[in-house]
Amino acid sequence: MADKLIEMRSVYAGYGNAVILRDVDLDIYSDDFIGVIGPNGGGKTTLIKTILGLIKPRKGKVSYMFDRDRHAIGYLPQLHKFDPRFPIKVCEVVLSGLYDNRLRPSIYRRKDRMKAMELLESMNIQDLAKMPIGELSGGQMQRTFLCRAIISDPILLILDEPNTYVDNKFEHDLYDRLKDLNKRMAILLVSHDIGTISYYIKSIACVNHKVHYHGSGKITQDQLAAYDCPIQIITHGAVPHTVLKTHQDELDTE
Amino acid sequence: MNWILSDLWQFDFFRNAMLTAFLAAVSCGLAGTYIVSRRMVFISGGLTHASFGGIGIGYFFGFNPILGAALFAVLSALGIEYASKRISVREDSAIAILWSFGMAVGIIFVFLTPGYAPNLMNYLFGSILTVSREDICFLLGLTIIMLVFFIFFFRLILFTAFDENFAITRRMPVQFINYSMMILIALTMVFNIRVAGIILVLSLLTIPQTIASIFTHDFFRMAVISMVAGWVGIFGGLMFSYSLDIPSGASIIFLLVILFFIARLISYFLHRKAG
Ligand SMILES: Nc1ncnc2c1ncn2[C@@H]1O[C@H](COP(=O)(O)OP(=O)(O)O)[C@@H](O)[C@H]1O
Ligand SMILES: [Mg+2]
Repeated sequence: MADKLIEMRSVYAGYGNAVILRDVDLDIYSDDFIGVIGPNGGGKTTLIKTILGLIKPRKGKVSYMFDRDRHAIGYLPQLHKFDPRFPIKVCEVVLSGLYDNRLRPSIYRRKDRMKAMELLESMNIQDLAKMPIGELSGGQMQRTFLCRAIISDPILLILDEPNTYVDNKFEHDLYDRLKDLNKRMAILLVSHDIGTISYYIKSIACVNHKVHYHGSGKITQDQLAAYDCPIQIITHGAVPHTVLKTHQDELDTE
Repeated sequence: MNWILSDLWQFDFFRNAMLTAFLAAVSCGLAGTYIVSRRMVFISGGLTHASFGGIGIGYFFGFNPILGAALFAVLSALGIEYASKRISVREDSAIAILWSFGMAVGIIFVFLTPGYAPNLMNYLFGSILTVSREDICFLLGLTIIMLVFFIFFFRLILFTAFDENFAITRRMPVQFINYSMMILIALTMVFNIRVAGIILVLSLLTIPQTIASIFTHDFFRMAVISMVAGWVGIFGGLMFSYSLDIPSGASIIFLLVILFFIARLISYFLHRKAG
C-alpha cells in the first residue's frame, strides 16, 4: 500500500473576497499520477497553489504526511509571467531547485553543478546551459523548468499545464518522462486536454470550484457532466473517437 | 591630469570625495542591479523622494537631515513591502502618493524652519565635494553590510528575485530576503543623496546597470560592470563639479549618459565585426 502524502479536508481557498475553491477533499498517495482537469478559471492553479502552501486555505486543512524539511515538492508553474530579461543563466535556474531554507554557500558545489548538467543533458539542452533564460523558446524553457522542479528529487511533482507553448513531440516526450519519474515520485499534472494525458495518468481530479476525484484514468463525457465539469474530450491519434455532446447543464454552468 | 590629482590629493575634502566615489559606485552597483533586474525602479524613486520628508524634519528639529531621510525611507520601504502582499491598491498609484506625500512633508518642514535652510541645494542636487566625515561613515557602514549580505545570500537573493513563488515552494527565506533588500535599497538611496541629490540619485542606480546590460545578461557580471561604470561616472563628474563649480549630481549623470552612448557605439561596432 502506498503512503499517503497529502490530505486536504474541507478546504476553502480564494483571493480577496472571491472564494474559488469550495469544500475540497483530496488525498495524494506516493505512487499517484493524477490528472487535474477542468475549465479555464475553474481553479486548477488555485488548487495547486493551495497544496504548495502559496495560498493559505480560508477554512479546512492541508496536512503533509511527510517531513517537509527532508522531502521537496517539485513545482513547474504555469507558463509564466517571469521577466524574460532577468539576468540569469539556464544552469542557474536549474540549480535554484536545490536551494531551500538551509544556508548554502553562494558558490555552487561541484556535485550540484554536475547534477544540473546531467539533467540538462537528459533533456537534450546541455548546450543552452550558459544562455540567458529569456533567449530560450517555449519548449526549451519548459524543459529548463522541469529540470529545476526535479533536481531536488521531490517526493511529489506538480506540473501546471506544461503543454502550453510546446509542440506535440515535446508533449509526448514529456509525458513518457513523467511516467518514468512516477516510479519514484507522485505526480499531479494539470491539463485542459484530457484526451492526451489519459494514456499516462492513473486517476483524475475534475476542478470546477469543487473537486471531484475519479479513481481511474479514463473518464467519459457523461461522467464529466455528472461532475459538473464542462470540458470537452478531444482525442488524438489512433484512439477510438469520442463523440462530443453538448449537455444542457454545460450551458447552464456559470 | 596627474598633477591636478596629486595637487588635489593634499586636501581633506578631495580625499573624502574620492572615498565617497568608490563607496557610492560599489553600493549603487549592487543595489541598482537588484532593482533593475526586479523592475523596482519606480518603487525606488518613490522611496528616495519620500525620504525628503525626513530631510525636512531633520532641518526643523536640528539633527542630521540624512538620518531623518534614512528613517523615512526605511519606514516607507517596509510599508511598501508589507502592503504589496496584502492590499490591492494599485501599487503604482500608492507609490505615487507616497512619493509626493514625502516631498510635501519635507517642503512644509523646511519652510517652517526658522531662518533659512543651509545646504538645501546640496540635498537636492548633490555635492560630493562637501561630504562630511559622518556621511562617509554611513556610506561605509552600509557598503560593508551590503557586501557581507550579498556574499552570504547571493543565490537566495538571485532566486527570490527571479521567481518568488518558486522560492517559497522551496521554502527559501523569501520574506527575510525581501525585507532586508528593501531596507538596503532604501539606505543606499539615502546615503547616496549627498553624491547625486534626491532628484538624480535614482540614475546612479540605473544608468550604470543599463550600460552593463549592453554587455552581459548575468547578474554578477552586471553588478561588477555597473560598479566600474558608476565609478568612472562619479569620479569624472566629481572633477567636473570641482573645475566648473556645478552640482555633482548633474555632472555625474551627464557623464553617465554620455558613457551610455559610448557603450552603445562600442557594442554596435563589436557586433558588426562579429556578424
Ligand atoms: N492572484 C489572483 N487574484 C485574484 N483572482 C485570481 C488570482 N488568480 C486567479 N484568480 C481567479 O481565480 C479563478 C480561478 O483561477 P485559476 O485557479 O487560475 O483557474 P485555472 O487554473 O483553472 O484556469 C479565476 O476566476 C481567476 O480570475
Ligand atoms: Mg491555471
